[in-house]
Amino acid sequence: MPETFVFYALSALAIGASLLVIGQRNPMYSVLLLIASFGALSALYIQLDAPFVAVAQIIIYAGAIMVLFLFVVMLLNAPREDAAEWDRAHPLRHPNIGRFGALLAGLLVVQLAWALAKATELEAPVGARADGASIASVAEMGRILFTRHTFAFEATSVLILVAMVGAVVLARREGSNQ
Amino acid sequence: MIPLSYYLIVSAVLFAIGTAGVFLRRNLITILLSIEIMLNAVNLSFVAFGRYAGDVDGQIITFFVMTVAAAEAAVGLALVIALFRHRESLNPDAFTSLKW
Repeated sequence: MPETFVFYALSALAIGASLLVIGQRNPMYSVLLLIASFGALSALYIQLDAPFVAVAQIIIYAGAIMVLFLFVVMLLNAPREDAAEWDRAHPLRHPNIGRFGALLAGLLVVQLAWALAKATELEAPVGARADGASIASVAEMGRILFTRHTFAFEATSVLILVAMVGAVVLARREGSNQ
Repeated sequence: MIPLSYYLIVSAVLFAIGTAGVFLRRNLITILLSIEIMLNAVNLSFVAFGRYAGDVDGQIITFFVMTVAAAEAAVGLALVIALFRHRESLNPDAFTSLKW
């Protein structure tokens, strides 16, 4: 089935690129790989009949947020992850602590798999209960956004204003008051 | 059609990768990138649940999460720049003292 094949290919791309993101020591490669992961996720959104979210994913995430990250990586000019001497001697670097953390992480994976295996209703196909046309309509989404979620939308604009002012204040060079 | 659980499994795996990145990497920028991976994993499950329930609310909350992620990235990167000016390092262990 081509649909299932596309799903597997896109999921493998998203997961593989994300794994490489946390495997890189150079943040520049991490940012570029994360853009690839976001592209695969955007295609998954199209498969889920969510074209607006898919386009917003490309424009906002890949276009704006990741470019901001790229600017900062280039601005700071510190590509390599430094492991200083005091860092290697850090008490949390003890191998037994690392093994304990790996045990907890394995336990979390087992719990997640157990919970997903228990929920039988989730085995139903994702499009079984509703047709995609009503979900994919951007007009319908905008109507609900500006009626049922008006307060959240307006609160978001205040949040962005606060974040903008905060970013300017934080990144300002100390000592320059103009 | 693909079962809903497949999307949830992909979402869980991506979230686990993001969590591992936050704990394993010793670079503030990579840690922020890992947080973005976690936010995207949650977005995927929101959209999948919304598609399953036949409701656009899943897409709307994804839209809000993207807005919050943009604000978080702006403030977080400003903090990274301010910290880097102080210590010339991106290692989070370099910032363990509150005052220097």
